[in-house]
Amino acid sequence: MSNQTGWWIVLLSGVGCYSLKYAGYAMHQRWFARAGVRRMIDLLPVALLGALIVVEAVANGSAYDVDTARLLGFAAGGVAIWRKAPFIVVVVLAAAVAALFRLA
Amino acid sequence: MLRDSVSVGVAVGGYGVAFGAASVSAGFTPAQSAVSSLLTFTGGTQFAIAGVMAGGGTAAAALGSGYLLGARNTLYALRLAPLLKVRGWRKALAALVTIDESTAMALAQPSSRLSRLAFWWTGATVYVCWNLATLLGAFGAQALGDPKRFGLDAAVPAAFLALLAPRLRDGAIPRRVALGGAVIAVVLIPVTPAGVPVLAACAALALGTDPRVLRTLRGRLTSRRSS
Repeated sequence: MSNQTGWWIVLLSGVGCYSLKYAGYAMHQRWFARAGVRRMIDLLPVALLGALIVVEAVANGSAYDVDTARLLGFAAGGVAIWRKAPFIVVVVLAAAVAALFRLA
Repeated sequence: MLRDSVSVGVAVGGYGVAFGAASVSAGFTPAQSAVSSLLTFTGGTQFAIAGVMAGGGTAAAALGSGYLLGARNTLYALRLAPLLKVRGWRKALAALVTIDESTAMALAQPSSRLSRLAFWWTGATVYVCWNLATLLGAFGAQALGDPKRFGLDAAVPAAFLALLAPRLRDGAIPRRVALGGAVIAVVLIPVTPAGVPVLAACAALALGTDPRVLRTLRGRLTSRRSS
């Protein structure tokens, strides 16, 4: 990614995401009264996160990329989440397991 | 309540370090990562943009998934508006710090006075911690070199799973939608440009429709076919 592309992405994401937040304060409460619309927006992150997890875990660009160390680290993070560990423990554990497996 | 707000802020800091590191390893400079945290300031979106760019996706795909993830903040703002009753520059500032954590803390309070206090304290603490942590992660990653050596590639999907986990505990519908999104992404990875699988996962929202609606639709379709 060029330096210029990087700045464009940062600025456009900043302006766009701020506008999305501000819109909620500016628009009439009635606009989002429809339960169906609220529900869809509420579920959007769930669908996207499901996809992002898979893409980050097993893809590199447009190809599958199955890496044992990464999957082991991810699995360790998954166990930590299941055990309701705090966020920082999940992230550090996943990274540490992958890094240690690569050293071994 | 204040102690809760501050501890939420500090916990988010850990996530900020991971974002700073992921952003730099995706090809953004530390300065760009820092400005992203100052302006965009919504973790899921920032992480997703770094993820899509790291995977070789286009800027449009990165921004698209980023905006879709950021759309939930509009709902938070709608929910908070009657509680906060902000105008002018306070409204502009409130919008900036309208995120998962500040909304959750505000809505958990028994009175609107406490809600306002919780919103501003959590928003301010998370803003400061998130931005400092981004700097730490960005410059740290730059100094340490290859992020794979430190297992960052495993930490990123684990971080997303941690964000998703509370919703998975919510019930069958979110679980179905998340699984649907994951399946769509797996299928599309080899056949579409990077970034598209994540955008296409929105189609999984169809699985979030109320089962009664689905049954009615199916009933109508079959009766039309038989007539």
